Amino acid sequence: MNELPQQLANGLILGAMYGLIAIGYTMVYGIIQLINFAHGEIFMIGGFGALTVYLWMPAGVSLLAIIPLMIIGGVICSVAVSTAAERFAYRPLRGAPRLAPLITAIGLSLALQQAIWKWYPDAKKDRSFPQFKGEAIDIFGAHIQRGDLFVLITAPICMLALGLFVSKTRSGRGMQATSQDPDTAKLMGINTDRIIVMAFAIGAAFAAVAAVAYGLKNGQIGFKMGFIMGLKAFTAAVLGGIGNIYGAMLGGVVLGIAESLATGYMSNVPGMELFGGGAWKDVWAFVLLIIVLLLRPQGLLGERVADRA
Amino acid sequence: MRHRSLLILTTVLTTGALTLTACGSRDDSKKSSSGDTQTVVIGVDAPITGDLSALGLGIKNSAELAVKTANKDKTVPGIKFEVKPLDDQAQPSVGQQNAQKFIDDDTVLGVVGPLNSGVSQSMQKPLNDASLTQVSPANTGTELTQGENWKTGDKKRPYKTYFRTATTDQIQGAFAAKYLFNDAKIKQVYLIDDQKPYGAGLAASFKATFTTLGGKIVGTDHVNPDDRDFNAVVTKVKKSGAKAVYYGGEYPAGAPLSQQLKDSVQIPLMGGDGMYSADFIKLNKKAQGDIATSVGKPVEELDSAKKFIADYKTAGYKDAYEAYGGGTYDATWAIIEAVKLAVADNNGKLPDDARAKVLDAMSKVKFDGVTGPVSFDEYGDTTNTMMTAYQVDGGKWTSKLSEVYKP
Repeated sequence: MNELPQQLANGLILGAMYGLIAIGYTMVYGIIQLINFAHGEIFMIGGFGALTVYLWMPAGVSLLAIIPLMIIGGVICSVAVSTAAERFAYRPLRGAPRLAPLITAIGLSLALQQAIWKWYPDAKKDRSFPQFKGEAIDIFGAHIQRGDLFVLITAPICMLALGLFVSKTRSGRGMQATSQDPDTAKLMGINTDRIIVMAFAIGAAFAAVAAVAYGLKNGQIGFKMGFIMGLKAFTAAVLGGIGNIYGAMLGGVVLGIAESLATGYMSNVPGMELFGGGAWKDVWAFVLLIIVLLLRPQGLLGERVADRA
Repeated sequence: MRHRSLLILTTVLTTGALTLTACGSRDDSKKSSSGDTQTVVIGVDAPITGDLSALGLGIKNSAELAVKTANKDKTVPGIKFEVKPLDDQAQPSVGQQNAQKFIDDDTVLGVVGPLNSGVSQSMQKPLNDASLTQVSPANTGTELTQGENWKTGDKKRPYKTYFRTATTDQIQGAFAAKYLFNDAKIKQVYLIDDQKPYGAGLAASFKATFTTLGGKIVGTDHVNPDDRDFNAVVTKVKKSGAKAVYYGGEYPAGAPLSQQLKDSVQIPLMGGDGMYSADFIKLNKKAQGDIATSVGKPVEELDSAKKFIADYKTAGYKDAYEAYGGGTYDATWAIIEAVKLAVADNNGKLPDDARAKVLDAMSKVKFDGVTGPVSFDEYGDTTNTMMTAYQVDGGKWTSKLSEVYKP
């Protein structure tokens, strides 16, 4: 059996999830140059929002029918928390030195984790998440689980919608203008505050979709899950070129596939037996990041921009 | 998780400082009223929150139950026992701080716990320096009692204060290998561990016995216990043609690993006592057929445990006693027995150097506990090497084979 298609599919599924979360990092960074470290927790809250909706539903309703409602519930929770964070934690610091909002973001990340840990029922350990029943589907020699189809379908749809939104609508063009030069954009009559809130909201909504995908895939969610996933997604955003939405998705997929291939094949390379396998996959993913940044400091799809300061 | 532990550290430090001052004043009032009853505190250290809290809460409740029973039956006349449970969140650094808190509280004469071998490694030395007896119901790391070089036959007990009612990884891994090879008739196994002291130790001893028996390890891999996506590893397992996977690790990562394994190939996952939890089945919709070994006989099948189970039910604890309930009860009871011996030697009063006297008495402790006869050998290990293999059947663990393991 050739395991390459399977490993590529594993990486693609994982990477699409990273990409969806990375959108949030990249959009916020593109507009206000803030690395929103609380974004991993926004992702986690989306998962708990979706789980709450599921628990409210009467038993016996098919999961397929509940999924849209779960997504809506997750999106509402994520967006609410994310926009509130923007309004009360980041906006008052808009003019402050860049380190101040960065530290605030880290603090917020801790606070959100502890809040879920403390107040969500039974969240002190992992909670089980509903999953689709049924056999896996074989495509091109790869075995794809029902739950994984969710991310493979939603991720391209989300990207397409976002691409159209940014390039075709008035608000989307306002967003581009704000990211190029906020002061001039303001002079041209763009409400930049609204644009910034919108960037946070869109990022949060994508994170919530990713959280539903994560739950369906792994069958469990926990208050700690945002930390590792957020870190990986941030890496994906940098890999793809931070500030570029397509770069975020590409970076996610490249990172996911790199992890998967490193697990699968690195131990077969002569002399590398000790450095292969699941425990070393993160190391190889970051080696890849360093190589890409050495050759293309702006990331895969990033543009070389002069530092505004 | 670095920044979370920073927060915890600050909180622990502040609360620690606050409780220390509180303890100081309470001690004074106790000494003045030491006429009739004296209080002995038994510290309990376990992961009461976090991933492993299902097991941790079972430990805390069972220790409380033992103390309650001792107080009710007046097992040691003139002594009232209390429990002081602290949460270690399965983190060695927190465990060490907890050890210090137990040491600083003069009324603590023994510590039950912790759950994780890795946490124990950070607690052993401070407790040893303070001559404070520690009995773990769950640690299976062989080096904890027999020293770093136990593999080469050079057994040396590193800490005289450390005892346990659980058997070692060496025995557990060997028993698992024998069960899989002889009883489940599986000869090709893929070996995975989570690189923690418990998981890696278990996997190593499994491998040693399994290959001696003639079984074949068709591949090995290591995973990160915080991961939940193991598909890349599962793909390798499938290609290797393994008939089962042995996982050295605990259920939070074991559950998704088992599920993803079953998603692509129908072979069972086998693990040690860290997987033997009801939560493993709750978090894993495809647990059917998975195997785990655990220490002792299933408490449900033991006559000696009937009273424990009934009492646990009567006490109305919300959480199950889980894998280590019986062992914890026995560990706590061992300390109570040691206090009893120390008090009997001192005309019914607590001796002045109570910690040292309790420690001396530990080697003489012998009683019939929940899990069977309890006593400790020259390394502090339990003399009871009864092991049981369980298999998931119809949504619950059912016992398959119990036997006293002889190497």
